[in-house]
Amino acid sequence: MASDDIWILGITMTKFGKHPEKDTVDLAAEAAMGALADADVNMGDMGVLAAGNLMSAAAGIGQQLQKQIGQTGIPVYNVANACATGATALRTAIMAVKAGECDMGLAVGVEKLAGAGLLAGGSKKDDADTWSPRGRFGAVAPLDGRVGTDTMPGVFAQIGMEYGHRYGGATFDLFARISEKNHAHSTLNPLAAYTKKMSVDEIMGDLMIAYPNTRPMCSANCDGAAAAVVVSGERLATLSGEQRRRAVKVSASVLTTDPWQESCQVLPDVNTLTRNAARQAYEQAGVGPEDLDLVELHDCFATAELVHYDNLMLCPEGGAVDFFESGATWRDGSTPVNVSGGLESKGHPIAATGIANIWEICHHLRGEAGDRQIEGAKVGLAHVIGLGSACGVHILEKAA
Amino acid sequence: MSDYEIMASPIPPQIPLVEYLALEPEPHLVAHECTACGARFFDRRNACAACFAAEFRDVDVATTGELRSFTIVSFAAPGVPVPFVAALVDCDGTSVRGNLVNTEPDPDHVTLGMKVKLATFPIGTDSAGTEAIGYGFEPAA
Ligand SMILES: [Zn+2]
Repeated sequence: MASDDIWILGITMTKFGKHPEKDTVDLAAEAAMGALADADVNMGDMGVLAAGNLMSAAAGIGQQLQKQIGQTGIPVYNVANACATGATALRTAIMAVKAGECDMGLAVGVEKLAGAGLLAGGSKKDDADTWSPRGRFGAVAPLDGRVGTDTMPGVFAQIGMEYGHRYGGATFDLFARISEKNHAHSTLNPLAAYTKKMSVDEIMGDLMIAYPNTRPMCSANCDGAAAAVVVSGERLATLSGEQRRRAVKVSASVLTTDPWQESCQVLPDVNTLTRNAARQAYEQAGVGPEDLDLVELHDCFATAELVHYDNLMLCPEGGAVDFFESGATWRDGSTPVNVSGGLESKGHPIAATGIANIWEICHHLRGEAGDRQIEGAKVGLAHVIGLGSACGVHILEKAA
Repeated sequence: MSDYEIMASPIPPQIPLVEYLALEPEPHLVAHECTACGARFFDRRNACAACFAAEFRDVDVATTGELRSFTIVSFAAPGVPVPFVAALVDCDGTSVRGNLVNTEPDPDHVTLGMKVKLATFPIGTDSAGTEAIGYGFEPAA
């Protein structure tokens, strides 16, 4: 282990689902203490804390958490970066360690979302009594529903349909079968919010939200938290054999935003920044898509999973439909994708997601994934995207 | 029609739903185009997101186009009428966001690649009697 490498020393996620008896801080504390215990270290070892909670981004979740688990005076970075918040918190801790400011850091992401409805375009504003232009479009009335849609299921439906327009084959049925895969995978994950296998007919016949996304094809709002302890290679070398054996190498940690594209002002472009992040990550890690034993990607909607096969270069450009049809992304395929159940079934407590997907990868690389273990997994990739946009990609490797 | 009737039912004053919708002489959309690189924006920008230049000129956007993507929204915020078709239209190289109107909002009537044209329609009249005009796209058939 080279001294400038970064490693995940401990990582955990809470059960995703409904936690009515726990508040945000309780969940964050459960995940943070779990990660510290998994790492066999304590708050006194931490040199930095990065904490993400999107829905109450101004509340200072990091400092609230310290008061529950240990106030040591270390710097806290409260981060908010849409659905990439968790990955951003992790990357913040990694950067602090990489910069040499400390040799160990803690990253936490937490969200309470059970029962939340639409998260954007969720409240229609009333028309004013007299028309007067407002905002950067000089609009005289709210535009959601009048000029396209602001709802996430609708935005991501268009992202999947646009891929279909460009390359063909992206049918309602295909998207439903992607969802079928993730729901089937979730049956092996005891920490998933939903663990119910669903047939294609059930998925297509369920409540239509935004064609072609029906309800089970949308990420599940739920409560949850995840946390990770990162450590420098130099410090790791001084730790116990057991800690070194279970440590997982962070071979790449990348965060990108969306570069300008012609149509990005009317439909967010989730493709270019993901492709850029993937390219940088493969280069940093010195691995290629063909080396990946498993991938957790941001299937906030079934329509999103399809485009990210292509964006992460798991298939040739334009080949995502054929790639899925080949069975490659099922857990027994050549590139298992979302064996956790993904956001559609495991759930999507926003700020927790970008660390929980890394926990899933680490779980397999450590050989601790039980019934859903991908045998012999050595390299994995975790991807999240937040609209706006921000994309986090991490590549993780089993300790040699 | 007598002069009296014309007086009693004047054409109400109109205002576009968004500033980038021009109603005269024929309804069309207007974009702010970067004079340096040609990137087009419907909202006001401080500088060009593509090349950082800060000079723009107004240009008319083609009123016909091709449906590049769509979704049929069945579940929206309370008060937003559903279902409706939200669409991404390629108007001769400029991407435009707008609803697909004057067609059934179901997958049998909406197809990727279909030719569409700009359509305008009243969305309501305010307390001063001004009518707001919205836009969408309809099948060009
Ligand atoms: Zn420019």
